[in-house]
Amino acid sequence: MSADERVRAEWPLYEVFVRGKRGLNHVHVGSLHAADDEMALRHARDVYTRRNEGVSIWVVKSTDIAASSPDEKDPLFAPSGDKVYRHPTFYEIPDNVPHM
Amino acid sequence: MTDTTTAQSGTDEGDLLAGFEATIARNDRIEPRDWMPEGYRKTLVRQVAQHAHSEIIGMQPEGNWIGRAPSLRRKAILLAKVQDEAGHGLYLYSACETLGVSRGQLTEMLIEGRQKYSSIFNYPTLSYADVGTIGWLVDGAAICNQVPLCRTSFGPYGRAMIRICKEESFHQRQGYELLMTMMRGTDEQRAMVQESVNRFWWPALMMFGPPDDESPNSAQSMAWGIKRNTNDDLRQRFVDMSVPQAEALGVTFPDPDLRWNEERQAHDFGQPDWDEFMQVVKGNGPCNTQRIAHRRAAHEDGAWVREAATAYAASSAAEVSA
Repeated sequence: MSADERVRAEWPLYEVFVRGKRGLNHVHVGSLHAADDEMALRHARDVYTRRNEGVSIWVVKSTDIAASSPDEKDPLFAPSGDKVYRHPTFYEIPDNVPHM
Repeated sequence: MTDTTTAQSGTDEGDLLAGFEATIARNDRIEPRDWMPEGYRKTLVRQVAQHAHSEIIGMQPEGNWIGRAPSLRRKAILLAKVQDEAGHGLYLYSACETLGVSRGQLTEMLIEGRQKYSSIFNYPTLSYADVGTIGWLVDGAAICNQVPLCRTSFGPYGRAMIRICKEESFHQRQGYELLMTMMRGTDEQRAMVQESVNRFWWPALMMFGPPDDESPNSAQSMAWGIKRNTNDDLRQRFVDMSVPQAEALGVTFPDPDLRWNEERQAHDFGQPDWDEFMQVVKGNGPCNTQRIAHRRAAHEDGAWVREAATAYAASSAAEVSA
């Protein structure tokens, strides 16, 4: 097998998400290579949770993730930029009004 | 860009560069899908890959002693440490892959000698005390280098460094504790520790790279926020940290010029043999050939496992869809 073929035969890339403890979301921690889902979970356990960093792991093939493009940043996120009335600080309430 | 680039897209590239530089100037992070100058990407691939390779090759000098460590406790500690080095290599390969290279390509480049790893791992581990000295001085120097890299401008690299730094502390402490234990032992054991420290002190100082005036890439890397401190600054910091640790341990460093400078509020110290450093970097160190041969053998001997797992995954997928 040539060097190029060996590189092409590489296992697929998986993204790894770990729930640090009960009550928290799964958070992206990195990626790894594995032949299939089961191996990806085992490898994720070994690579990303050697010191009780997690109580639950998700793995997903990197190619299955749809991501927003940095080029669309403006059209995608700009609309929320000028809607200051969506924030509580937009509204002035007198200091003598309690619990608000 | 091709020769047919129009003036319009030339302006676009100028805008992209301005955006990139503004992000760096704000001390914000660059993320993988952001536009970045080709030089920035190349510098990072080189540095992160070299760092990843160092972790992977770094398993060899210590892995050598797992079977010969003197107790089950010491074997378990060393096994955990070497497993961490593998993990650190994988975090860093994972960060490097976000720059558009694959781990397979990086491994090929390592075993073909097209990418480098830290010169320190080309020195042999001749006695068990070396396991302690590597933890104390080599991992200590690595921590000095790595803590500022947690704030490096490329997001995935910085995040990998944060994970690594958390774990390196265990590496340094287990090494120092091992040496303390030996120093409480016999004269022969104390002599082993001193002999090991004598061999590793200068190579540990070399880990920070050549002096600033001979480090061609440093200025650009600092402008890009990839590096946060110069080689000489970090080396000075390491010497200042290590001297009181050596005193507490009861060993000396083999440098007649090492002394406290009241005026500078820092230690003066001698220079490592930079000719030796260049020789080791060029591949002529004591263990370069052996380290790469071992890595190549592990890669090639493991090929059938990778292929079998791929075939198993393909047949399981076929069964599911049938």
